[in-house]
Amino acid sequence: MGLIAERSLIELRFHGRGGQGAVTAAHITVDSAVRDGFWGTAFPFFGAERRGAPVAAFARLSRGRVMTRSMVRNPDVVVVLDPSIMSYVNVFDGLKDRGIVVINSPTRPNISREVKLYTVNATRIALDLGLVLAGWPLVNIAMVGALSRVLGIRLDSVLESIRNMLSGRMAELNVTAAERAYHEVSEIGGG
Amino acid sequence: MEVGNPLLPLSRPKIGVQGATGSWRFRKPEIDQGKCIGCGICWLYCPDSVIDVEDVGGRFKVRVDYVYCKGCGVCASVCPTKAIRMVSEV
Amino acid sequence: MVKLTLTGNHCVAYAVKLSRVKVVSAYPITPQTTIVEKLSEMVDSGDADIKMIRVESEHSALSAVYGAATAGVRAFTATSSHGLLYMHEMVWWTAQARVPLVMAVVTRTIGPPWNIWTDHHDIMGQRDTGWLIVMAETNQEVLDETIKLFRITEDPRVFLPGMVGLDAFILSHTVEPVEVPEQEVVDSFLPERRQPYTIRFGDPLIMGNIPSDLLLNAKMRWDVHEALGRSTQVIDEVDREWGKLTGRYYGGLVECYRCEDADFLFIGAGAWVGDMRLAIDKLRDMGYRFGVLKVRYIRPFPGARILEIARGKKGVVVLDRSISAGSAGPIFLDLAAYFQGKNVTIPIKNVVAGLAGFDVNYEDFVKIGERFVNEVSEVGWVENHLEFYPLR
Repeated sequence: MGLIAERSLIELRFHGRGGQGAVTAAHITVDSAVRDGFWGTAFPFFGAERRGAPVAAFARLSRGRVMTRSMVRNPDVVVVLDPSIMSYVNVFDGLKDRGIVVINSPTRPNISREVKLYTVNATRIALDLGLVLAGWPLVNIAMVGALSRVLGIRLDSVLESIRNMLSGRMAELNVTAAERAYHEVSEIGGG
Repeated sequence: MEVGNPLLPLSRPKIGVQGATGSWRFRKPEIDQGKCIGCGICWLYCPDSVIDVEDVGGRFKVRVDYVYCKGCGVCASVCPTKAIRMVSEV
Repeated sequence: MVKLTLTGNHCVAYAVKLSRVKVVSAYPITPQTTIVEKLSEMVDSGDADIKMIRVESEHSALSAVYGAATAGVRAFTATSSHGLLYMHEMVWWTAQARVPLVMAVVTRTIGPPWNIWTDHHDIMGQRDTGWLIVMAETNQEVLDETIKLFRITEDPRVFLPGMVGLDAFILSHTVEPVEVPEQEVVDSFLPERRQPYTIRFGDPLIMGNIPSDLLLNAKMRWDVHEALGRSTQVIDEVDREWGKLTGRYYGGLVECYRCEDADFLFIGAGAWVGDMRLAIDKLRDMGYRFGVLKVRYIRPFPGARILEIARGKKGVVVLDRSISAGSAGPIFLDLAAYFQGKNVTIPIKNVVAGLAGFDVNYEDFVKIGERFVNEVSEVGWVENHLEFYPLR
């Protein structure tokens, strides 16, 4: 772990459902990396988004300023907030060889291609903490906690960023969720 | 007023820029002071601001400045008590 | 100074708040809406002292802020695409009335078909109106230019409204690190509001009455043109002064990247200039000495500055993200007209690309650059002055 210090540019894609907070996850990832002295950009898929429909968000992290404004075509890292969308969205589309995949999953997912796979049970963490909104477990920020471990972003930076972006009880619950996910994320190895 | 360097599309309101426009008139508004309730709607609607509503001893009185009144008849058509009548001048 | 990660739209909102704007009116349209949403939140939390006027259309939005501005306060609106087209009449009116105010235009293509992605047709369609038009490449530039525009538009040598253009989504909804200046810095930079006239109660003044002197009317129109000419100096001065306060200089009307020793230039405006920068680094590795000339101001058009930099080059590629259908790309048209007037003969190619939000990245610019060099060296000139990318 510590990818962010090794590469000049990391491109990420977040998969989730509309309303699940994929854009916020991308934003907090960048905000945390910036607190560590890196540069980053985060952006949504440019289109109308509907609650529940599969959506994607993107981020780029770099030591220097990110110049490009184009879409992320070949991500280094894919983050999956909701594994159930994998049956009808190809989350590996364009993923670089031996790319990194971080999935919210209670079990080892069955993946037929060679990736560096990490899982964390973010849904369990959210339910344990009562992080539920309109019946949905809020997993997005826990996933940032897991991702930050994989990338080598300091946990403190992530927690600072969460407290800066959210307030009150939601901030503290999400801080706990991110901390737990940071410690619980595990590498599964090549599929 | 402070006008800077640029050429500006500004002007000041003044009376009778186009001369005594009352000469354009071929019918004129006549006020029936008995019917007039002094509501001021004619004053509000007059496009040339030639109507004044004056307070005469607690009663409102409408006056028309015939030097500039063009006789358009808007006042007569908006008067709620039909106190204004357009009378031919030709 | 605080460093925040902000979207381009939120940068506009911060700039408006820091400029102590008193009246904002806007009508929602994607991708502009989050600008006024953020401003509303700032008003709600007490962070900003702004009167928000709700209206039923963009035509009314600009009318409302124009009215507020004539009464003597800083006023702001924002729109995009069809919204900008709908307010087009008032865009003309406000400039000819010589009322300083600022508008953010989140550049978005025009339908049909309905499409919310970026190109520059909306903002380029305003270039005859008399407004200053500046295009941003980064979110930092969005924030800085919005603040600077208040200073520039309220300068007595200018007294015209100004718009800052930011590309839909690739700036408006993209988060990146931005340095937000302290209120005291902006306060020291922006003087008390100045404007050519103020409408006040008890001091009747008519703006825009039918002219009795058509020559005077004609001179007023020409004076708008002259004021835009004078604004070039103001833009440079303000760029230097903001640079002194913040350390961020943008070169005024244009910004150069590796132009000095370049044989060829890319010339373009907006967020995709970042990809041009990456492309020319790659082109230089391939042996093609390119530079990038970023056109920051579309109006006033910086013909003289561009020529200064382009003189002696072996060729330039003008990249337009819109087209004046039936003619060519608007930046190319202005540039070619200026060069012609100065008797300059450099091969100029106009590549129209990225229309309707079609993604163009640095690899595309590498292809465009390589092909241009080959064409110029084989033919000795430009075979077709106008090309559509990527189709050929």
